[in-house]
Amino acid sequence: MSGEQFLSTSERTFVVNALREGIRVDGRGAYEFRGLSIELGGGGFGSAEVLLGKTRVLANVSAEVVRPTANSAEGFVLFNTSFSPMASPAFEAGRLTEEEVLVSRMLEKAVRRSRAIDTEGLCIVAGEKVWSIRVDIHVLDHEGNILDCACIAAISALLHFRRPDVTVEGDQVTIHPMDERNPIPLSIHHIPICISFGFFDKGERVVVDPTHLEEQVQDGDFIVVVNTHRELCTMSKAGGAGLDVARIVQCTEVAAAKAAEVTELIRGALTKSNEIKK
Amino acid sequence: MKSDVVSPEGFRCDGRRPNELRRFNCDMGTASGGYAGSGADGAAYVEQGNTRCLVLVFGPKEPSMRSAVLHDRATLSVEFNIASFSSGERKTKLRKDKRLLEMASIIKSTFESVILMSSFPRSEITIQIQILQFDGGSLHTAVNATTLALMNAGIPMEDYVVACSAGFGNGHPILDVNYTEEGMDVPVISLGITPRSGKVILLNLESRLHLDEFEKVVTLARDGCTQMHEILDTAVRSSAEALAR
Repeated sequence: MSGEQFLSTSERTFVVNALREGIRVDGRGAYEFRGLSIELGGGGFGSAEVLLGKTRVLANVSAEVVRPTANSAEGFVLFNTSFSPMASPAFEAGRLTEEEVLVSRMLEKAVRRSRAIDTEGLCIVAGEKVWSIRVDIHVLDHEGNILDCACIAAISALLHFRRPDVTVEGDQVTIHPMDERNPIPLSIHHIPICISFGFFDKGERVVVDPTHLEEQVQDGDFIVVVNTHRELCTMSKAGGAGLDVARIVQCTEVAAAKAAEVTELIRGALTKSNEIKK
Repeated sequence: MKSDVVSPEGFRCDGRRPNELRRFNCDMGTASGGYAGSGADGAAYVEQGNTRCLVLVFGPKEPSMRSAVLHDRATLSVEFNIASFSSGERKTKLRKDKRLLEMASIIKSTFESVILMSSFPRSEITIQIQILQFDGGSLHTAVNATTLALMNAGIPMEDYVVACSAGFGNGHPILDVNYTEEGMDVPVISLGITPRSGKVILLNLESRLHLDEFEKVVTLARDGCTQMHEILDTAVRSSAEALAR
């Protein structure tokens, strides 16, 4: 990438040597997340701005009525990511980078493939009209671990979202404006939370929620998406340092514990935003 | 009615036992003159059950793009394709299908850490993967075929990468999941290991699997990888013997 900032050798050795002494450059513990702040409803229903350390992601959910593919009774959930050059000099406008493909595919797998959203509930008239839910993810600031931040933003925005109420009488479909009838939340089965691990020293050392600096130095990553029911929704590791099965199992356990913490934070943000509305 | 993934008698829909691999068949390369016309430096054709995959390796050669030149190591580029005639329903390929791009990127980063990339500075290695028939497990079949094709091309690697999938259906961990079983909403783990160190370098899971089940499934997939290693090793040795004769 053209705008990529290169790391000096001494910076690399500094990060790795610090880790060997059990210290992370920003002073966190190995299994500690950066500070997480979730702001809901800044742009109306279904908007969430999530700040993970200095990484900032904005998610916005919108809905429209579309025709489903051949006689299907399921609605759609679409993800659209945009990595603006404002977030990092490494991003170029209008070009689909590999990182972007991986983030949007991960989100799709985490939310759609794991059936977090009841797509059958998005059906209005089978084979005729369904809701298409679109989640726009904007990366505003890149300080490492975009994926976890984007996943938290996407799921909080989906939890916060309300769609207009619809009534069907015969073949007459009425979409009620939000001021006429109370809008309806999506039915969400579970909350998938994405937790990224970074590995150093040929897989000997592991950290949670790597910063941008750590991401550039790490020997490999491992991504676990898990919910509070301790169900693994998606996992992904490709290349990098090899890991033992025992280490992987240990990571999934850590991820499950972290996911429970993050879910609490999301729930907290949701109740807070509901109270403000009242 | 939804049928069981593993029947009460302990058989799966294609007659296998839960811990049985599918039939494996392979043909390594241009040595037999099969794919010489393409000018590939290495090739492998692999069948795992009804999933068929052809991999061609080009290089190390001069990079086609100036931007792909790295002064201290080779660049790897991977193209992953699923033929439009590969499954029951004919699908026209989208040019920017994110699923295919993701597959290519997974395979690329897996092999980048195994190939001795620094032996070929300023050059490019291209891997072309074509799934000819799709019956589930395209990722692990592609990985196994790529390992064979790279060996056929004589590209130095630290170790084999052998891959295998395992799933979990009505209380049984099952090995080497096929398309019908994938369709039954079975969670599938694709696992790739480097057999000499026994470490996992590729892991992929789609759809939900409970954490308590995870270890069982992963262990089964690892056993599958070990079996697969023996199969691949025999294939490599016999093809090398044929070459030496």
